Amino acid sequence: MSKPPSTEAAYRPLSPHLQVWKFHITMFTSILHRATGIASVVGAVMVAAWLLAIGLTASGHCPEAYTLFLSFAASPFGLFVWFGLTLAGFIHLTGGLRHLIWDMGLGFKISSANALAWWSLLGGIALTLAFWAVLFATGKVVL
Amino acid sequence: MVELALPKRSQIKNGKRYKAPSGSKNVRVYKIYRYDPDSGENPRWDKYEVDAKAHGPMVLDALIHIKNNVDSTLSFRRSCREGICGSCAMNIGGRNTLACTKGHEEYNGEITISPLPHMPVVKDLVPDLSGFYAQYASIEPYLQSTTPDPDKERLQSPANRDKLDGLYECILCACCSTSCPSYWWNQDKYLGPAALLQAYRWIADSRDDHTKKRLESLEDPFKLYRCHTIMNCAQVCPKGLNPAKAIAEIKKMMPAKG
Repeated sequence: MSKPPSTEAAYRPLSPHLQVWKFHITMFTSILHRATGIASVVGAVMVAAWLLAIGLTASGHCPEAYTLFLSFAASPFGLFVWFGLTLAGFIHLTGGLRHLIWDMGLGFKISSANALAWWSLLGGIALTLAFWAVLFATGKVVL
Repeated sequence: MVELALPKRSQIKNGKRYKAPSGSKNVRVYKIYRYDPDSGENPRWDKYEVDAKAHGPMVLDALIHIKNNVDSTLSFRRSCREGICGSCAMNIGGRNTLACTKGHEEYNGEITISPLPHMPVVKDLVPDLSGFYAQYASIEPYLQSTTPDPDKERLQSPANRDKLDGLYECILCACCSTSCPSYWWNQDKYLGPAALLQAYRWIADSRDDHTKKRLESLEDPFKLYRCHTIMNCAQVCPKGLNPAKAIAEIKKMMPAKG
């Protein structure tokens, strides 16, 4: 019996996705939620290093550890990094609240979802600015 | 798996430009994704200049005009031309929608038209939806009851019938599922908004007795929980439905299902 002629299965290209997509605010904040989550892990490492430096200095194992940490953490570049980390932390916090509302089954109307996305984004920025305003006003941070 | 760029053979080159007949007024440019499986060449963007006065108000009218008068090789699906069959679902101006219910005047400038995103393309604007349909079949989209069939219809109170509003209207056009980044990256494992909205349509039906079984089959890190409430599904649904809300309702029922 003769076999049917073998034909190469037709290639099916993948249709464009991100290349053509027009972003929605809810899509943007969803990506931002993940990015700020990752940044917050970096922030947690920074805080751990801070605590470690305090511990090493206080216990006398390495008296200069805290000064060394501050030479980075209190420098203008260090403050810039802290600012970014607190911004990420606050946006992740307000984004988490947005997800909490959605997990209760609320806020799914498109207008409500868009508003939630905007408010969580702007709320996170506002909280960050307020946080740093307090730090500067109380003299906890000086440039 | 997340892959932000298109595979090499899927990357889109620049194609031909079809000029409008001289003397045309109200010329609109349609930038349309073309793929010819016979040539095996990479997909391309062809540009068609069309006199907007020469065809009807919808984007589908423009596509039919191009196929009839400019380039008969252009392939796309269409049938009812009134938003009930779901055949002409495609990405227009960066958002998934039905070409038959979207007016070309709703867009500014050049109108970009590509197939439903992140799907295998058979030809031009025709994607292979067999995976999508298999997922729909997997949620067993039919009434399952443990009681014997009554002589007449199964009765339902008006209040219980109201629970199906916003669910039964789905036409399975796949606009929502193919708008979802979670579906883009994990469509082999994640059911996607359309199949999940349909799953909830039967979970919410008071006449169906297999609610617990249906919930158990969905309780899976991928099938259901890849939904991260990105909301693209609800943003694009041409019928104004809200798959994200239906998915949230399924998630809410999980802890109490017993």
